[in-house]
Amino acid sequence: METIQSPAQATYWLVQGRELFLSIYVLGSACFFYIVARRLAPLLRGERDFRFDRPLRRLRNVLQFWLGQWRHPRYRGAGTIHILIFAGFIVLATRAFWVLALGVSDGFVMPGLSGIAGHVYGIVADYASTVVFLCMVIAAIRRLAFKPARYSVPARYGKGHPADAIFLLALIAILMAADSLFQGSKAAALFQQGRTAEFLPVLSLPWIFKNALLSTPLAILQNLHLGAYLVHGLTFFFLLCYRPFGIQFHVETSLFSIFFARLDRGTLKPVRWGIPDEQLGQVKSFGVKKFEDFTWKHMLDFYSCADCGRCSDNCPANTVGRPLSPRFISIKARDYAFQHYPIFGTSGNGKALVGDIYSEDEIWSCTTCRACEEECPLLVEYIDKIVDLRRGLVDAGNVPQSLQRPLKALESRGNPYGKMEKKRADWAAAPQFQQTCAVKVLNGKRADALYFVDSITSYDDRMQAIGRATAEILHHVGEDFGILGAAERDSGHEVRRFGEETLFQALRDHNTEAITASGVRRIVTADPHAYNALKHDYKDVPPVEHISQVIARGVKTGTIKFHPVENGSDVYTYHDPCYLGRHNQIYEEPRNVLDAIPGLKRVEMSRSRDRSFCCGGGGLMLFYEPKEEQRMGVKRVQMAAEAGANVIVTACPFCMVNMEDAIKVAGLEGKMTAIDLAELTQQQIAQKDPKAA
Amino acid sequence: MARIFAYITHRAGIIDDSAAELLTAANKIDPAAPPTAIVTGCGAELDSVCASLCASYAEVWKISDESLAYPNAELIRKALVEVLPPGSIVLAAHEHFGIDLAPGLSIKLGAVFASDLLEIERTEGSLLKVVRQEFGGQVSAHVQCDISSGAVLTIRPGAFKALTTSPANGQVVDKSAEVGTLTAGRRYLETVVAETGDIDITKHNILVSIGRGIQERDNVAIAQDLADALGAAVSCSRPVVDAKWLEKSRQVGSSGKAVKPKVYLACGISGAFQHLAGLKGNPFIIAINKNPKAPIFQVADVGIVDDLLELLPELTNKIHEMRKVAA
Amino acid sequence: MEILVCVKRVPGTSENEIEFNPEGNDIERDELLYGVNEPDNYAVEEALQITARVGGEVTVVTVGGEDDEEVLRREMAMGASHGVLLTDHAFSGSDVRGIAAILQAFVRKGKYDLVLTGVQADDGGAQVGGMLAAMLDYPFACLVNSIEVLDGRKLRISREVEGGNREVSEIELPCVLSIQTGINEPRYVGMRGIRAVGSVPIPTYGAAELALDPNTVGHTAAKVKRMDYFLPALGKGAEMLHGSREEIVARVADLIAAKGGLR
Repeated sequence: METIQSPAQATYWLVQGRELFLSIYVLGSACFFYIVARRLAPLLRGERDFRFDRPLRRLRNVLQFWLGQWRHPRYRGAGTIHILIFAGFIVLATRAFWVLALGVSDGFVMPGLSGIAGHVYGIVADYASTVVFLCMVIAAIRRLAFKPARYSVPARYGKGHPADAIFLLALIAILMAADSLFQGSKAAALFQQGRTAEFLPVLSLPWIFKNALLSTPLAILQNLHLGAYLVHGLTFFFLLCYRPFGIQFHVETSLFSIFFARLDRGTLKPVRWGIPDEQLGQVKSFGVKKFEDFTWKHMLDFYSCADCGRCSDNCPANTVGRPLSPRFISIKARDYAFQHYPIFGTSGNGKALVGDIYSEDEIWSCTTCRACEEECPLLVEYIDKIVDLRRGLVDAGNVPQSLQRPLKALESRGNPYGKMEKKRADWAAAPQFQQTCAVKVLNGKRADALYFVDSITSYDDRMQAIGRATAEILHHVGEDFGILGAAERDSGHEVRRFGEETLFQALRDHNTEAITASGVRRIVTADPHAYNALKHDYKDVPPVEHISQVIARGVKTGTIKFHPVENGSDVYTYHDPCYLGRHNQIYEEPRNVLDAIPGLKRVEMSRSRDRSFCCGGGGLMLFYEPKEEQRMGVKRVQMAAEAGANVIVTACPFCMVNMEDAIKVAGLEGKMTAIDLAELTQQQIAQKDPKAA
Repeated sequence: MARIFAYITHRAGIIDDSAAELLTAANKIDPAAPPTAIVTGCGAELDSVCASLCASYAEVWKISDESLAYPNAELIRKALVEVLPPGSIVLAAHEHFGIDLAPGLSIKLGAVFASDLLEIERTEGSLLKVVRQEFGGQVSAHVQCDISSGAVLTIRPGAFKALTTSPANGQVVDKSAEVGTLTAGRRYLETVVAETGDIDITKHNILVSIGRGIQERDNVAIAQDLADALGAAVSCSRPVVDAKWLEKSRQVGSSGKAVKPKVYLACGISGAFQHLAGLKGNPFIIAINKNPKAPIFQVADVGIVDDLLELLPELTNKIHEMRKVAA
Repeated sequence: MEILVCVKRVPGTSENEIEFNPEGNDIERDELLYGVNEPDNYAVEEALQITARVGGEVTVVTVGGEDDEEVLRREMAMGASHGVLLTDHAFSGSDVRGIAAILQAFVRKGKYDLVLTGVQADDGGAQVGGMLAAMLDYPFACLVNSIEVLDGRKLRISREVEGGNREVSEIELPCVLSIQTGINEPRYVGMRGIRAVGSVPIPTYGAAELALDPNTVGHTAAKVKRMDYFLPALGKGAEMLHGSREEIVARVADLIAAKGGLR
């Protein structure tokens, strides 16, 4: 007796299977390549982006973040499902090709997978398709029954498309089921005929189909076999061509997005890749105004965004109700690309993005805290895009009124407050302080190290205390240091991140010259924003350290010894400043310092280290008045309270501003205090070790 | 000495508070020459204005004309040029009408112009020495004007205290006939009244008023807490409205509301005159400001140099305590 | 519509305490930084917005010296098409009337439909606009907080009057308006914008070019002269409360209760 017909031999409505499938494949592939070509059209019109350096490092990223799915477990449930699906797809890629090939070449065997290897692979693939199928069911249940909040689409960002997600899950499930039915029906038929069939592993989807169909008449099995094959083929190509129309496109693009991802932290992209600073004056337009001003990589990011919502879930601006959700920065731009670069017809409209798909407040709401980028499984970049959009706004003169005054003051006086330059070192001139710790102004005088103070610590009454504590610590560890005094200007860190590149460069050039002239060999600062600027935004300046690193070293080498805390009942928690933590990965040193203080009880907040929650932002952000329901600082202070802490230790003057304000606003005065790591250090070593004296 | 005139504004038949202040100012220029009031308008309203002015001014010139029913500065300027004798000294209040009228009037009269005077120190021959302020009231300046060919002077509302004078039993001189047909390139259409919010700050005995020193929108609550404790309302100066922390209807000042509280707590308000212009009825002013040099301390009854963000909550607690004791 | 905006360069004093020079006749200006008078900046923005709507060009003009070019450049970077500097030795020491006379002579040389000024300078007294208008016999309005261009060479404007009310009028062109702050949101101009107009020539006009009799302007013609600066008396009326915060709070609470009554 004949075995059941294979798809290649069979006749489908008068057409021979082989011909039918060949034409489906050719047509499907052609469609796919045409669509992808159209999708690439805007990328070709995008700005330059230099992403080809350090190929090995990029390959490592691919292995870690793409193949290794490194960031997925940060969300345990969804992450696990995704890893299973991804692994399933990797396994099933071969199987899909194999099965498709059967439609044109009867009895096709994957090279290298004949014999035992093929059987083993078959078993693995059968389980893989079963797992993927189950994952689709679970994911659908999650979406329909549990509706995780981060998938919802607030009205201001447009309409959600929950049906799309379900449709996609269904397609994949159908693909898995069709393949399994294709195999299960054949196995059932062979079994009925008493012949040996391909081994189907227990409880795999094909195995279930086989057992369910054991008593089904052969004729029906034949039809099921051929029908399932056709459905599989059609679904496969439909999915292929459907993917470039939504989040599922990330299946194709993610590999490239991750390979070309930004490699460095703390940096910003230049205004234009390949154009040196001194030639920027000839650049007609700065930043991103219209869609085509984005770089090709940033456009690729828009396609790669899987709309998983992890960025926005972690975004402090989104959490407190500011009109920013990083997820929709991507999704809205992707929809713009789909609409203005359609599959058929003409491309582009050249309109300004802000005022069209983005609002000004949306673009100014970002504190550049990096929580979104830290979380994104696909390494999608946000800060560079936000800064580029801001550069565009600044270039067009669209700067909020509240920011114009500090920007002008920075231009004329080198600080956002408009205070006189000659008062920049006044914090060190307090008579009592001068007696115990004289601070050199490096105006012709030499020193080994420079303490770069920056504006807020120089001028703000409260933050000057951090400056004095820092100076005392440097003094204590025997550092030969000085300050620039009136010659120092704002580091320009926030100026740059607010899109005022020209002003930033002027500040940078001034400081660079002053630092070079001072002849120092090292720089120390207590301001993470200055630290990041000097480390990443400046070129040709001596190496820079944050004071927490100096203290940690002092503790390690024994030059700093602490007295026990006075009040043993206090519970401390450390708040990671964004530009110390996420941007520069200094997580351990401050904690080591705290843990070295005898009797100090320390707890971690639920959101700490790379998931630290921004205090509300520094620099110019202090002048910006966002629309928000709650202050980030208040939220943060509440997190500290939830952790059981009553002392928040931070290591950034801007965090201090926001924390102290938030403590008042939250009504926690007297119950919660904030202290800078430098202040705490200085306080605990206040009485010198008698042996050292 | 030239004749002194005081241009008096009025609304709905009621003369402006500046009438008495202009009298004081005129007296400082030349105590020997009682000034003449000039009013423009029409109908019974104007007559009642003249009648009330006769109580303090020895002579009141009225220019009655239908076209002057609404005070259009250009028309009034033309009318004044017709009637004023050469070399006149004209005083007006430095508010939205005065600054609309005075500069142009000085040109048309060929007279010198000095604006926003806080003090008139003395006259020596044809030289008049006055005090003005610059840089938002941070510094004062002595200014000398040659008034030999007349002068137009605007005085800061509130700067010259009204004197108690004996009844003047003035007489009204109708100058309307000297004025021909008046035309202007500007035509009044309507006045759009600012929306009144849910709180009417003009009706409160105590106002907790906040300025730039409140620093942030969220801190407005600190002032509101105190106001709640006091049964008072929160008002503010212009920067607070510009920052959109409070509605326009809460603003005290020349571009905001005129208020007449008994107690005015000026918290973090520097005390620009545009703000003080909205304070009527001589309230008891308690000023809290970080800057000991803030101009508000010049006009306040009691001054405290402190951070209002720290002081106000304590004051709120104290008020609650007092209420408990009283109850 | 051709619009002329008269601007002034003033020292920024809001962020730093003003000090006097040793002679006491002027403030210490060396450490102060100058910039465009704030209301003038609103006037330029308004002019730019009007020309963006109805066409035309914006010219900015100032009376002064070389140093004053910087404010013209800043306003040109905002979008003003031309900047003009009126400068002459004969102009120095002018009182406000002198400044108005110089500006008047310049306005007469051109064909401007609208002349704008800021409502008041930090170191001024809201005078130039009204004087200029009277010299030109143009209609005038001050404290203008909205402008709408109507057909038939007219504007519909509103002025800020007492109680936050808006007095709405129609005004014929050409006219002079002095602009109140808050009428718009002036655009930002950074160093990049200023550099971009750095090489645009700024024509200068002296007394001869403006056909002005030097004796009608400058120091000799000035009838209003500032003699000196002095600090306003501090705490003239205010009784300053000292002591611990607790004492102060108690005292203030008593005062409020006594003067205002606690309901």
